Amino acid sequence: MAEIIQEEKSKGGKKKAKKHPPHIDMTPMVDLMCLLITFFMLTTAFAKAKVMDIVLPEKIDAPDEQRSTVAESRNVNIILGPDNRIFWYPGAVKPEEYNNNIFPPLVEIDYSATGVRQLLLDKNKTLAKKIADFQGRVLKGELVLTQDSVTGSIRKLKNDDDTGPFVQIKAYKESTYGNFVDILDEMNICGIGRYMFVDITWYEEKMVEIATGKAAVASAN
Amino acid sequence: MPKIKLPTKSPRIDMTPMVDTFAVILTFLMLTATMRQTEPATVETPFSISEKPTPDFNTMTFLISPEGKVFMNMDNGPDTLLKFRPRILDEMGKRYGLEFTDEERREFEKFPSSMGVPIMQMKQFLAGKNAKERDPFQLGIPTDSIDNQLAMWILCARQVNPNIQASIKGDSKTPFPAVKEVLDNLQDKKINRFMLVTSLEAAEINLDEIQK
Repeated sequence: MAEIIQEEKSKGGKKKAKKHPPHIDMTPMVDLMCLLITFFMLTTAFAKAKVMDIVLPEKIDAPDEQRSTVAESRNVNIILGPDNRIFWYPGAVKPEEYNNNIFPPLVEIDYSATGVRQLLLDKNKTLAKKIADFQGRVLKGELVLTQDSVTGSIRKLKNDDDTGPFVQIKAYKESTYGNFVDILDEMNICGIGRYMFVDITWYEEKMVEIATGKAAVASAN
Repeated sequence: MPKIKLPTKSPRIDMTPMVDTFAVILTFLMLTATMRQTEPATVETPFSISEKPTPDFNTMTFLISPEGKVFMNMDNGPDTLLKFRPRILDEMGKRYGLEFTDEERREFEKFPSSMGVPIMQMKQFLAGKNAKERDPFQLGIPTDSIDNQLAMWILCARQVNPNIQASIKGDSKTPFPAVKEVLDNLQDKKINRFMLVTSLEAAEINLDEIQK
């Protein structure tokens, strides 16, 4: 293959010894290609990063007007605490409670599958089951839909749902971005229809401090 | 009987098939390559189950380092002739009374990764020849209320490219208040939809548990 076939010269009377066809040494070329391949392999970004969509509630000047549209029993407040800890409490704290320094205790859970995921799935049974059934039918081929209409149908299921929890996520100032992404991810995993990220209030900060034992001194004063 | 001695040849390996294979691999890599960008701060993105890929165009990415520094990156748009990057720089220059030369705009256009340079030092930054000369200027974009250059960048980027989408790339250990600051700035500019850059991770839910 790498040989050059030489034409026999018939001119000239001198009889030469038959030459071997000249070989081209490919080794340097191979070396060079090896180098280039290594270079490209190292500089190429193969796996493209993924993105997660999130919509934050618009900032409103009078936030109180929007409240109390959801039954309090469906409320789940999740608070991202310091040191990768996470707390939750049901319902809401009433003004007459926090004004009189009565804070409902927080329940500590964790980010694992048995922690917050279990809690949310428990609360979200009906909807999660509906979504899982729907996805199962699509996977089995009973329903033939495009990817877009699948996501659309799931969104519709979530919108129509009126039993699942209404999750409010609040971040304490010492929590990290990783916690934030984790909890939003849990919302997607559990198929929570209604969740939003809201600013933490002062009494909730206080509740976290009590739960973590930071405010023990402060409350004694 | 005289023995016929064959000349001992050194064995030759025919490298040609190897070269062929290498050429194919090399061509493949060259054609599919999207260069990995060197970011001014190392960031390990958190994991999520989202499978949506990062859009190629019309994005501005805010890189938030574990120390809370903010860097920003935007693309040139689906058509390089749109030259979004230099136009954004021009807009910024107008607001801060700076005039950028063609040379500087070209440098800004081709700068490959995120930058977090205070606008007043942008000229020195762009004059730097290599990463060593440039890195000292990567201090993070100022976000404090007195000199909120981040808000200005967002404003200029949206003015030049109205379709631009915001994406946020943070480290798992980035303190949340730093992220909140960027989110607040974006919300002030009426951007309520964000993309959070994550790495893919599998998660399963136990359906039997639900049915129980």
